Amino acid sequence: MTDNWFYSEKVKDHFFNPRNIYRCEEHAKEFQPDGIGEVGSPVCGDVMKMWIKVKDNKIVDCKWKTFGCASAIASTSILSEMAIGRTLEQAEKITPQDILKELGGLPAKKIHCSVLGDQALRAAIKNYREKCQK
Amino acid sequence: MIYLDHSATTYVDQEVMAAMKPYFTEDFGNPSSMHQLGLSAKEAVQEARQSIAQILNCQPNEIIFTSGGTESVNLALQGLAQEKKQGHIITTKTEHHAVLNTCKYLETQGTQKSKISGATQGGFQITYLDVDQYGQVQPEQIEKAIKPNTILVTIIYANNEIGTINNIKEISKITKKHNIPLHTDACQAGLLDLNTGADLLTLNSSKLYGPKGIGILYKNKNIKIQPIIHGGGQEFNLRSGTENVPSIVGFAKALELVQKNKEQETQRLTQLRDKLITEIKKIHKTILNGHPTQRLPGNVNISFADIEGESIVLHLNEQGILASTGSACTSKELEASHVLLATGQPPEIAHGSIRFTLGKQTTEKDIDEVLKKLPIIIKSLRKISPIKLEVKND
Repeated sequence: MTDNWFYSEKVKDHFFNPRNIYRCEEHAKEFQPDGIGEVGSPVCGDVMKMWIKVKDNKIVDCKWKTFGCASAIASTSILSEMAIGRTLEQAEKITPQDILKELGGLPAKKIHCSVLGDQALRAAIKNYREKCQK
Repeated sequence: MIYLDHSATTYVDQEVMAAMKPYFTEDFGNPSSMHQLGLSAKEAVQEARQSIAQILNCQPNEIIFTSGGTESVNLALQGLAQEKKQGHIITTKTEHHAVLNTCKYLETQGTQKSKISGATQGGFQITYLDVDQYGQVQPEQIEKAIKPNTILVTIIYANNEIGTINNIKEISKITKKHNIPLHTDACQAGLLDLNTGADLLTLNSSKLYGPKGIGILYKNKNIKIQPIIHGGGQEFNLRSGTENVPSIVGFAKALELVQKNKEQETQRLTQLRDKLITEIKKIHKTILNGHPTQRLPGNVNISFADIEGESIVLHLNEQGILASTGSACTSKELEASHVLLATGQPPEIAHGSIRFTLGKQTTEKDIDEVLKKLPIIIKSLRKISPIKLEVKND
């Protein structure tokens, strides 16, 4: 209903229509993630958790859950889209700046939120690699 | 649009607007001028001062017009500190930032290092009192904190975030007994009894359906303070600058109207408030912040576990419901509300707090609309949250 929003249209879109959400009840059995990563702390107000599926060194699916403000939710949502289809090496290289660019920017004080998304993804990749080594 | 952010600010009452109007273009004189327009403006200011004094049960020359609540607080605290040169000040952890940050500023002022011992002396020391789980400070705590060099006690009347009302009358008995000036920030307390016994009282217009940018400091004539703004000597030489005549007239009208209808409006708002609280509490894992009864008639502050306040506010905004949050992100950096933390609420819960503040135009239909939309928003945000916090007394 509002035109002049605090965030960009892209942020707004991903906040209100988040993509690739991990739904416990539906995904727990069928999804069977190859790697799981979680960063942040409830005390600080931001927690991000990512589930990835890997095939032939590529991320073929990426699901997530986020506790946090609108930019935290939107940045994880857009990151999940960015990650799918990339090789693990490519996905690891995604920076907060890449996420910001894709979102069309964020208010300066909100940038810390999106920094966490790439860390959650890297944690999930690390978790996958550790599993492979076993 | 359903506006439930009356503690942030209010719309201007039509009657108030009408009272202000002539002073913009017709009666636009400077009260210091000797000609007829000047005299007319001066009379308008005098009338307004008289009307406010009547409500506060004080003398007109005990009312100082300022640019708003923040300035009044600064005038009270800094003005008294300058007069006393040094000393100890007692306040609470749940004050508005106008008080907290002025206290923090005063802590940096006036200390001198002794050339002989190297110890610091002089300056201002502040005691920030704890509050209970409801956000209240008890008069006994204040009595215990008083030191021989205490120069001021400053306690918020009604908290802007959680709406908790402090017993200023009882507190004033303690400060009177010890002969220490008491200031109270009454910016949210327009519907309450303004005869508090405090020696200094801050009030602003923009939360009383009056214009923004105008406030008062009530100052008991026996309390001496120094001005913090210097110039032409207006407002008994305590607040220089040409008087904001239309806003002064508007403030007086607004306060008069609010106080005239306060019993009826308090009853109406309390009913709506309690309905909103009772129904929201039916949502799983919610905590009412503030006191169950000793709270502002229009204040509802609730924490929802596992989700973050800003996300709720933005979803509500999209549904045409305008509320606010005192939690992280909307304010600065990562910190949760200092008020909720002071009540002992864990930060992870405090991040999920929402404030609805009801006012004159709020109807039962508005409340029903919130109760229809809110549970859906909470459910959808909890679905995408990776955390599951434990909530006591749920």
